[in-house]
Amino acid sequence: MTVSAPPDFEALARTLGRALDLPLTEETLPGVAMNLALAWRLAPDFLDFAVPDTLEPAAVFDPRPGPVATP
Amino acid sequence: MTDWTRESGARIAEAVRSGDITARSVVEQHLDVIEARNPRLNAFTDITGGRALATAERIDARRRRGEALPALAGVPFAVKNLFDIAGLPTRAGSKINRDRPPSERDATAITRLEAAGAILMGGLNMGAYAYDFTGRNAHDSHSRNPHDPERMTGGSSGGSGGCVAAGMAPVALGSDTNGSIRVPSSLCGLFGLKPTYGALSRGGSFPFVTSLDHVGPLARSVEDLALVHDAMRGPDPRDPACWGGSAEPLAPQIEGGIAGMRIARAGGYFTRLASPQALEAVETVAGALEAWRVAEIPEAPRARAAAFIMTMTEGAALHQDRLRRRVADFDPEVRDRLIAGAMLPGAWYHRAQVFRAWYKAAVAELFRQVDVLIAPATPVSAPLVDQKVFTVEGQDLPVRANLGLFTQPISFIGLPVAAVPVWPENGMPIGVQVIAAAGRDDLVLRVARHLEREGICTARVAA
Repeated sequence: MTVSAPPDFEALARTLGRALDLPLTEETLPGVAMNLALAWRLAPDFLDFAVPDTLEPAAVFDPRPGPVATP
Repeated sequence: MTDWTRESGARIAEAVRSGDITARSVVEQHLDVIEARNPRLNAFTDITGGRALATAERIDARRRRGEALPALAGVPFAVKNLFDIAGLPTRAGSKINRDRPPSERDATAITRLEAAGAILMGGLNMGAYAYDFTGRNAHDSHSRNPHDPERMTGGSSGGSGGCVAAGMAPVALGSDTNGSIRVPSSLCGLFGLKPTYGALSRGGSFPFVTSLDHVGPLARSVEDLALVHDAMRGPDPRDPACWGGSAEPLAPQIEGGIAGMRIARAGGYFTRLASPQALEAVETVAGALEAWRVAEIPEAPRARAAAFIMTMTEGAALHQDRLRRRVADFDPEVRDRLIAGAMLPGAWYHRAQVFRAWYKAAVAELFRQVDVLIAPATPVSAPLVDQKVFTVEGQDLPVRANLGLFTQPISFIGLPVAAVPVWPENGMPIGVQVIAAAGRDDLVLRVARHLEREGICTARVAA
């Protein structure tokens, strides 16, 4: 799953901000766009890594080997 | 007269139990240091002096009655202000949360430490909503490094690092989602314990990224880390991820030494983007441990990226309503990251969680071949408080996002880590991570104690 970098993160932020009713202003826009760009740059690092289709994340993460312990 | 503000918690407890000093005197000495140093260092946001003196009086009364006192009798401690303190609103470093009603009860960690005789001194400054590696805070102002107040403490448990390094308390509690105990431990020259995920209860603490959040101590001695860990351990219905930690207390085990331990340096990712000082610190520790082997933690950069995306997404989900209602009251440096996090695809988050399951298994396999790994805690020592960028290997890296680039791949799968401080000649301290397999918190403290005993790693109160 490769992610193509959108050409304009400010435009993307504006679109998603409107669609998701997020508080985007002229003050927040540059920072939000910068953080989106960073996420888009980093995400392929793990999105491009093949994992088995059957591999499941834990509902409550348990770092220990074996089944999830009950407190 | 002994200056108890320079002693370890274990030494204080021993003196209180034996009657060499009263708990009240210990508290008064620490309150004096807080009064003198906090205005400059900005470690405390709330000082619970009245409560501390009342607790001390009860401990002293117990001793007068001839009762046996517990392991941390008379030991002052303070907590990052995301832990609930009865009677105070839980700030979590934010402006918004201080409008909440006062907490009705203490966090589990505070209750358990007080049951062990420790004395709460107050709440500590932190990065807003814990989304921070610097110790900067727009609302409470920045915590400052006691070893050089022009420099950062690191964060987000910045006040915790400043408090202990300044002698305001021998131990403090922090939280660590991506490195927030280990980074300030490194920058302030302290020992820090990020336990195995779920080992210590987060009950009554304000969350950030629940699938990554840990709590743990910062201290000036390894024994204090172990004593605090032992007082805090045990299952807690207030924290669904808490499985209770080590079945046995760790303090009696820390003198176990390193004989027979397979210790390796983490190579690859953990040697790139590290400053010469960070690499030298690892070399120093490796030499002392005779750790000549290099082991590669598989796919660590991918782990860091996945942790980054999970943090953005879960953090955004937590704060989405507050962002819509009170966006102007957020710390701007945190606000923009949270808004961006709310825009990320859900499939990315799920994939990050699935990768986490793969990575956990891959790293567990590595720990069949080694017992302990060592790696830098931070890429550089403490930057200046207003510094935005540091340069390593010719690359300019934003401070805020990158002080934790070596801590994120480890906490991503909840491995236990002791941060141990190394002091270069004429320089600021820098930390090294001592890492073990999940559930082997005992090993990281044994190695840390060995390094402390050999004089390789020491923590000191700043002049």
